[in-house]
Amino acid sequence: MTGSLRTARGGSRIDRSRRVTFTFDGVPYEAHPGDTLASALLAHGVRVVARGPYSGRPRGVYSCGAEEPNAFVQVESGPGEPMVRATRLEVHEGLRAVPLAGRGRLAGRPDTSRYDRTYAHCDVLVVGGGRSGVAAARAAAEAGARVILADDQPRPAAEIGPFRELTVLRRTTVTGYYDHDLLTAVERRTDHLAGAPAHMARQRLWHIRAGRTVLATGALERPVLFPGNDRPGIMLAHAAAAYIERYGVLPGRRAVVFSTHEEPELPGVEIVRRIRAGETVTGTEAGDDGVLTAVLVGGERVPCDLLAVSGGWNPNLHLYGQAGGRTRWSAEHGGFVPDGGARGDLSVVGRARGVPGAFTEPPPPQDSARIYVDFQRDATLADVWRATGAGLTSGEHVKRFTTIGTAADQGRTSAVITARLLGEESVTTQRPPVEPITFALLAGRDRGALLAPVRRTPMHTWHEEHGALFENVGDWKRPWYYPRPGESMEDAVLRECRAAREDAAALDASTLGKIDVQGPDAGEFLDRFYTGRFSTLRTGRCRYGVMCGTDGMIFDDGVVARLGSDHFHLTTTTGNAGAVLDRIEEWLQTEWPGLRVRCTSVTDQWATVALVGPRSRDLLGTLADLPARFPFMGVHTGRVAGLPARVFRISYSGEPAYEINVPSWHGLTLWEAVVNAGATPYGTETMHVLRAEKGYIVVGQETDGTVTPADAGLSWTLAADGDWIGRRSLRRPDTARPGRKRLVGLRPLDDVVLTEGAQLVDAPGATAMRGHVTSAYRGTVGSFALGLLAGGATRTGERVYAVTADRTVPVEVTDPVFYDKEGSRRDG
Amino acid sequence: MTARSAIEHLSGALARTGGPARLHELPFPSQVELRLDDEDADSFGPRVGQFLSCDIPAAARATGGGDPYVLWLGPGWYLIVDRPGRAPGLLSGLHGALGGDCGGTCGSAVDVSAARTVLELTGPAVRAVLNHGCALDLHPRAFKPGDCAQTLLAQAQVILHQTAPHDYRLFVRTSYADYLARWLLDAMSEYQAAFS
Repeated sequence: MTGSLRTARGGSRIDRSRRVTFTFDGVPYEAHPGDTLASALLAHGVRVVARGPYSGRPRGVYSCGAEEPNAFVQVESGPGEPMVRATRLEVHEGLRAVPLAGRGRLAGRPDTSRYDRTYAHCDVLVVGGGRSGVAAARAAAEAGARVILADDQPRPAAEIGPFRELTVLRRTTVTGYYDHDLLTAVERRTDHLAGAPAHMARQRLWHIRAGRTVLATGALERPVLFPGNDRPGIMLAHAAAAYIERYGVLPGRRAVVFSTHEEPELPGVEIVRRIRAGETVTGTEAGDDGVLTAVLVGGERVPCDLLAVSGGWNPNLHLYGQAGGRTRWSAEHGGFVPDGGARGDLSVVGRARGVPGAFTEPPPPQDSARIYVDFQRDATLADVWRATGAGLTSGEHVKRFTTIGTAADQGRTSAVITARLLGEESVTTQRPPVEPITFALLAGRDRGALLAPVRRTPMHTWHEEHGALFENVGDWKRPWYYPRPGESMEDAVLRECRAAREDAAALDASTLGKIDVQGPDAGEFLDRFYTGRFSTLRTGRCRYGVMCGTDGMIFDDGVVARLGSDHFHLTTTTGNAGAVLDRIEEWLQTEWPGLRVRCTSVTDQWATVALVGPRSRDLLGTLADLPARFPFMGVHTGRVAGLPARVFRISYSGEPAYEINVPSWHGLTLWEAVVNAGATPYGTETMHVLRAEKGYIVVGQETDGTVTPADAGLSWTLAADGDWIGRRSLRRPDTARPGRKRLVGLRPLDDVVLTEGAQLVDAPGATAMRGHVTSAYRGTVGSFALGLLAGGATRTGERVYAVTADRTVPVEVTDPVFYDKEGSRRDG
Repeated sequence: MTARSAIEHLSGALARTGGPARLHELPFPSQVELRLDDEDADSFGPRVGQFLSCDIPAAARATGGGDPYVLWLGPGWYLIVDRPGRAPGLLSGLHGALGGDCGGTCGSAVDVSAARTVLELTGPAVRAVLNHGCALDLHPRAFKPGDCAQTLLAQAQVILHQTAPHDYRLFVRTSYADYLARWLLDAMSEYQAAFS
């Protein structure tokens, strides 16, 4: 039995030949496919489906669509979902739902459903699949237009017949109108199915770029205000009729009808009383369960189990308002109708333009705390008068004071009443989305392993197979260190450091940004872009370079190699590669369009292996025929391990070192050759220790956008002439001021590793911050750090204190170079 | 000295695609990025086209039916694609066409063969697959065989080139290839399930 109130026949949306079982509040019920939870519960005479969030008053099904203010339930089957409208939740086998009082609960388990997104473009988007929407879609499709019809019901009012360029989106709510005719829509794809296939996305978020938008969003029935108007058993009149017609469900057996305009047919229901013009309902009575038992009309008591109310029709214009459209009150329609002003190519058709007809304004309700305006917020007419009594006149202010219209139903039934009470020309703003959207849907595929792109070097799988831990640098995953069984991080890093200082070690440096620069003006361009001089660099040689912003602060650094008279190869820091190329293009296109120079990103073209250590030359010699003379800062083009390679003899560690570049598809082969020849793999942590021991900065670690080259100890990179970017700012008095924070070395006097970011003060307990720790490690020279300190090198030998929340460490200020100050090792 | 693809570890998963949406890699093509100064495009563009035996493409278009073919990437900016191993020949020929034989070049030609790999998507469902992550209008009325664009697919920058009504090529940076291939396999799963 699918309910004692199920009619013997009829029900345009249900399949009477089949049955499904569901539970509500723990009680099992039967229904037919096509039923909504609301229709199925009404069929079984379940009248109380929710409670007022603050009043706790029993509440029942009030509507049969998206305007429902009461019947929000928690779905506990499937992935679970809080706050689902029972009037739209299609019953399926195994559905479990429980009633709510205003607020849902997030499921305690992860949602493993799939969600996706799709972009679509069309000539005409029709929102709403009622008769007007179907007619509009058909006309547009017949004219050959690309048409999308989005309808929030299981199927449109009529078949539109096969058109090649027509897409019908069922169970799809258009949730927002944005600039340039972009609309978003939520398609519910599997919730109505029992046991949807796992590969199928549960919901799909559509981004629709529409040439024209046709709003066939219809009209919503408006309630009437009277005392006790929120009891279960009181329902919008046309919703009551719809339950009979669509689902074969009687919303009651004995009805009182209170309608201020055309009254719907309620076949099968005995109409025991009509409220005539000039009359009004003065109260309602209920049984112990809170369900309506009688309607009071003046002194008259009318026993009944259904009160069908209708205060006229109001166009459903959420999207129209989002597009900037205005409305006005139309006495002819008894509603707020479109009044122009919408952006874009937007038209409103059908009942969304207003429903003309004989309309009589219901009698003005008396002040009462028992007249509920917003059921979902439990806000009453008394609250409205309290707001106006406090001096609020604008509908927007009253909305904020009373919270009417702010609940999940966006005030579809309540905001219209309030606007009319206040004599406004429009309802309060209904912002996107018109319905709640789950975060999982907004995330779509961008979760788990696909949350964000992971950039992998060609050697990535080798690093994984050899136990590397990884560090995120920009989008890249870089090997951090390679612990052997039983090694701590410190053990592993010190072992890797020793290999680099005493033997030979290899780093995957493929992530370095690389830019190919060509053109007759390339040297001139680099002279302007870097602080140093590159037009004088000889072919086959490299030079370290610093870039400043126009403010004179360090922006990036790297090595410039000259490959030919008109041809250079630049490296940038890993995280800044894109920003550097963008800045190059900006200056070439806007400031120096006359320079004949072209730049191309080759970051992904080249895989890079840094081979480091006193034995690196011997090791490389087993893999390549090196030229007899290959000086420090030289470039060699030839073959390494049989692979075409560019080798730069540059060092970021202080040791003799080579950066070997091969086309990325040979990167893994090169890496394996270097490691098999005896080099110890090392990661970014060891790279940092080695460079910091030499006092080499990392842009973004030692610098923060307020550090000049001189502050970082890089005055030697500055060309004395030329108008390079930032030079003018470095003539400002402030950038030459004594007492600027400058790079120093720091030696903890206790044997601890300092905390990066710790503030430097002059005395324990002092609060004047003189600088901070930028890098701190335990390396081959013991515990040491780099920092920025007011006064810089003038404070060498002094004691300062590195302070964090839980400790104060005395440190000695030193030279920033801790290892091989003479620079004798790099030449082997 | 065999070259290795950036997504060779995904080759099994790629091989299992088929039916309405097939994904496979065209590894190791020769690729050269060509930049021409605006004022030189008129005089040197035809010389480049003569060397390549195909015209320099108009905006958002590709030219050349087979090898090589040329994609428009932006004003004065092109990608020349050829069979594996041809980059050195392309570079020297372009160097000459750009005036290198007269002592100086206008613009640049850079070997970027290993900077991107090429994913080929074929089948009637691939337009729908692409639209899960690409905001461009790929309807035949708006994007046709021979069209190309630099765009975003999911969160990866790609060059999208349509070669036939149901065939697209995606040029993706090798470091992003693993991410993009995994994303595509995920986006294709619903269509694949119907196939298998």
